[in-house]
Amino acid sequence: MIRTAFTALLSHWRRHPLQLAGLFLGLALATALWSGVQAINAEARQSYDRAAAVLSQDRLESLSKRDGQNFDQQVFLDLRRAGWLVSPVLEGRWSHRGVPVRILGVDPFTLPAGSLPDAVTGQDRTAEFFSDQGLAFAAPQTVEELSRIGAEGLPPLAAAEGMAPGILFVDIGVAQRLLRAEGQITRLLVAPDQPLRQRPLAEVAPTLARQTPVEQADMGALTGSFHLNLTAFGFLSFAVGLFIVHSAIGLAFEQRRPIFRTLRALGLPLRTLVGLLAAEIMGFALVAGIVGIALGYVIAAGLLPNVAATLRGLYGATVSGSLSLRPEWALAGLGMALAGAGAAAAQSLWRLARMPVLAPAQPRAWTRASARSLGWQTGLAGLLALIALAAALWGEGLVGGFVLLGALLLAAALVLPGALAIALALGERLSKGVIARWFWADTRQQLPGLSLALMALLLALSANIGVGTMVSSFRLAFTAWLDQRLPSELYVTARTEDEARRLADWLAPRTDALLPIWKIDGTILGRPGEVYGVADHRTYPDHWPMLLGDKTVWQVLARGEGAIVNEQLWRRAGLHLGDPVPLPGGASRPLVGVYADYGNTRGQVIIGVADLVALYPDIDRLRYAIRTDPAKVPALRDAIEDAFRLPQDNMISQQEVKTISLMVFERTFAVTAALNVLTMGVAGFAMFMSLLTLSTMRLPQLAPVWALGLTRGRLARLELLRALLLAALTMVLAVPVGLLLAWVLLAVINVEAFGWRLPMHLFPRDWLWLGALALAAAALAAAWPAWRLSRLAPVHLLKVFADER
Amino acid sequence: MILSLTGVGKAYETGGTRVEVLRGVDLSVGPGETVALTGESGSGKSTLLHLCAGLDRADSGRIEVAGQDLTDAPDPRLAALRRQTVGLVFQQFNLIPSLDVAANLAFQARLAGRHDPDWIAALASRLGLSALMSRYPEQLSGGQQQRVAIGRALAIRPALLLADEPTGNLDEATGDAVMDLMLELVSEAGAGLLMVTHSPRLAARLGRRVHLAGGRLAA
Repeated sequence: MIRTAFTALLSHWRRHPLQLAGLFLGLALATALWSGVQAINAEARQSYDRAAAVLSQDRLESLSKRDGQNFDQQVFLDLRRAGWLVSPVLEGRWSHRGVPVRILGVDPFTLPAGSLPDAVTGQDRTAEFFSDQGLAFAAPQTVEELSRIGAEGLPPLAAAEGMAPGILFVDIGVAQRLLRAEGQITRLLVAPDQPLRQRPLAEVAPTLARQTPVEQADMGALTGSFHLNLTAFGFLSFAVGLFIVHSAIGLAFEQRRPIFRTLRALGLPLRTLVGLLAAEIMGFALVAGIVGIALGYVIAAGLLPNVAATLRGLYGATVSGSLSLRPEWALAGLGMALAGAGAAAAQSLWRLARMPVLAPAQPRAWTRASARSLGWQTGLAGLLALIALAAALWGEGLVGGFVLLGALLLAAALVLPGALAIALALGERLSKGVIARWFWADTRQQLPGLSLALMALLLALSANIGVGTMVSSFRLAFTAWLDQRLPSELYVTARTEDEARRLADWLAPRTDALLPIWKIDGTILGRPGEVYGVADHRTYPDHWPMLLGDKTVWQVLARGEGAIVNEQLWRRAGLHLGDPVPLPGGASRPLVGVYADYGNTRGQVIIGVADLVALYPDIDRLRYAIRTDPAKVPALRDAIEDAFRLPQDNMISQQEVKTISLMVFERTFAVTAALNVLTMGVAGFAMFMSLLTLSTMRLPQLAPVWALGLTRGRLARLELLRALLLAALTMVLAVPVGLLLAWVLLAVINVEAFGWRLPMHLFPRDWLWLGALALAAAALAAAWPAWRLSRLAPVHLLKVFADER
Repeated sequence: MILSLTGVGKAYETGGTRVEVLRGVDLSVGPGETVALTGESGSGKSTLLHLCAGLDRADSGRIEVAGQDLTDAPDPRLAALRRQTVGLVFQQFNLIPSLDVAANLAFQARLAGRHDPDWIAALASRLGLSALMSRYPEQLSGGQQQRVAIGRALAIRPALLLADEPTGNLDEATGDAVMDLMLELVSEAGAGLLMVTHSPRLAARLGRRVHLAGGRLAA
């Protein structure tokens, strides 16, 4: 019985292959976009975990200076003598030809057991590791990248599977040489089992503080908002894809109502019928899900290099640029496909389960307008709008922001059919001529059948306008900010303190001004941050945009009587002018101003440079910004290179910094732009599928009009016009929804995720372009069904009358 | 008796008004007996047929099909009864459009687990469908479709055949031909037949005629 009934149900798809293709493609595309995003996130998380697990930072405590600076290795010897089981680590950044790596120097003799990566301990190359030349372990892709650029000065490289990318693991002596930090260490790893008797830390090394594992491994938390944004867009694409699935399943259920009725009349129990249909959907979801995961892998592999570059530029996080198939996202993608198909089919299955056996066999709900369902949808849209309002007024954090975003988009989608019905009724009332009146009325009658596809189109268009406005507003603010923030024409970094002093003396008579860029890293208000010192020079009051405070703040800084902080730290800590800003090491300065600092995710404090040196006398004084005539920059670079043999890598011009910053910016939004395009594609496909399936069901409505004298060609042109009209009306509604979305992104999501708020600008030319794109997509989607109608043999239209008999 | 109705009543709510369609209907059909059920439009003929098939439930009275009481039978039992015992022929044919003639003919028999290829072939031959087995319903004329529907119902060798205006959608000549075939096959199978019809001419061809008016049956 089950086999026979199942065969009958499945036979529907054999006769409707396009519908089947729509269902499969919708589900596969939805799964692909979702699992693609998840694959990227999983790859990044894996990289963070590996980086956090380096030297067991995720489980071992460590000792480091409160101001984050390196310290003398004598402290290590003192602590060992005092009974402390500690092991020295020297850490620093080293770069060559724009490829930065993190150098980790360790002392294998004193390292706590089990803290060396398996990949390193598994290789029997101890002798090479300890040799004068040394040996550097790194992830295979890092070895490949460094070998490609011919990194000079590095010890021989050894590929070690499973290591985090972007890290070089070397003996501490080698690290001191590479980082030019003879006799220096960054921190001391504390073995978990310590002797019972040891002298107190405060007595032996009063400048050191203990750090818990959580404080050290924070990359996951730092990049969390970026991944959440990515997930949100993945989910939006998934939702748009589900519209297709819902539409295809709903249509298939309606078309099969006569079969359901016959099956039940012939003795198939209702429960068996519902079970068979559920199994059918899950079977499709399983196959489409697997295809979607494969597609998602391809999408993720294509996007990952950009994401990796973004994460490196924005957060300094090193993420592998190559993708591996991980069961967690593959299974999650499959789960989403099954859950999505289940959700899309739930309404149809529920209706079927409640449908009396003698229910009318004609398809109705899908094709006929129902005032009740329109009212119900509009009511739900109102409720969602209220939820959005509540989230805007009282919502907190990123979750609140996304609730606002989700409720807003869903409310707009649900209100669309009602709004279109009103617009079409108005068109009907204003139209003159019988064909025009029929056209408007007939278009209104098609709304229920097209509404899901139009909702998908609305979501895609709104997301495009919203994200486009956000990115363009951000770009405007960012470029203006860069122009102000980077007034110095050249930035130079010396290799040693002695070289820096000589360089400063040499540069002083040759430039307009020499501004130190000295900083320390440390914990500020519980999160990693940095403290910069600025010179007392007119460059700053003339160029630095302040969000809070006036131009006199620079004099206050010069006197060592205050501090200014970046917007993200100000917002996160809820600071007010006059509040004390605690600095690493225990000092504090009153807050006198707040400045915009786009693109930086860390908290930043600026004090006077003299104040900085007084607070942190051991600070590195290697970097300077040079004010000079821009035309003289190339000659000055050459002169510095000649006089000091300073590599070109240690000098960077204002233009180069701007180019790099803008590149990071564009890459940051490359992924969202790609997802936007894909979502538009999915929405266009949804429209195509709906128009195609509707075209097969519309013959009873078109045949009488044809019989009364309209040619098939004219009917086809009207069908095309109908698609264009509906797309245009949807676009009109998408503009305000998109702008609301942009406001939420700029004023809520960005502030929560990154800590900065941006002014919103309008870009009407972009909307016109998008509108043209939407019309083109609608015309493409309607072209084939219209062409088929224009070529339809009259016998098919006549059959309508024969069937009616 | 293959079908027995005792005091069957059924009412509907229409626009807030209660309409009593059937008021204490008594009827019985024996094996091999053919009964025509006539009545005006809206008199409740189809409702009565649906109650006999277990497609709907009576408000009062008792219905027995092949010795099974349908009064309080759960849905799965009613479904099993339709599958195994009752052959149904509808005015609108109700073939499965996505299956070909061969699959449609054998459909109910397969559902019932009583598929007999020889019997199906014989039926197809008798119904003049042998050359059309690989066609789909949309490729058939109305008369051909109704012949498939009758074949599907008879494929399970039903104890009771219920037909609702089986020739209502056919022209007179085609309707007569279909009717001849149906009566011949029912007679050979020894099944009971209850057929709803508007046509006094067709009703006259059956063994007995009952007329439904005002919710009651009259001979």
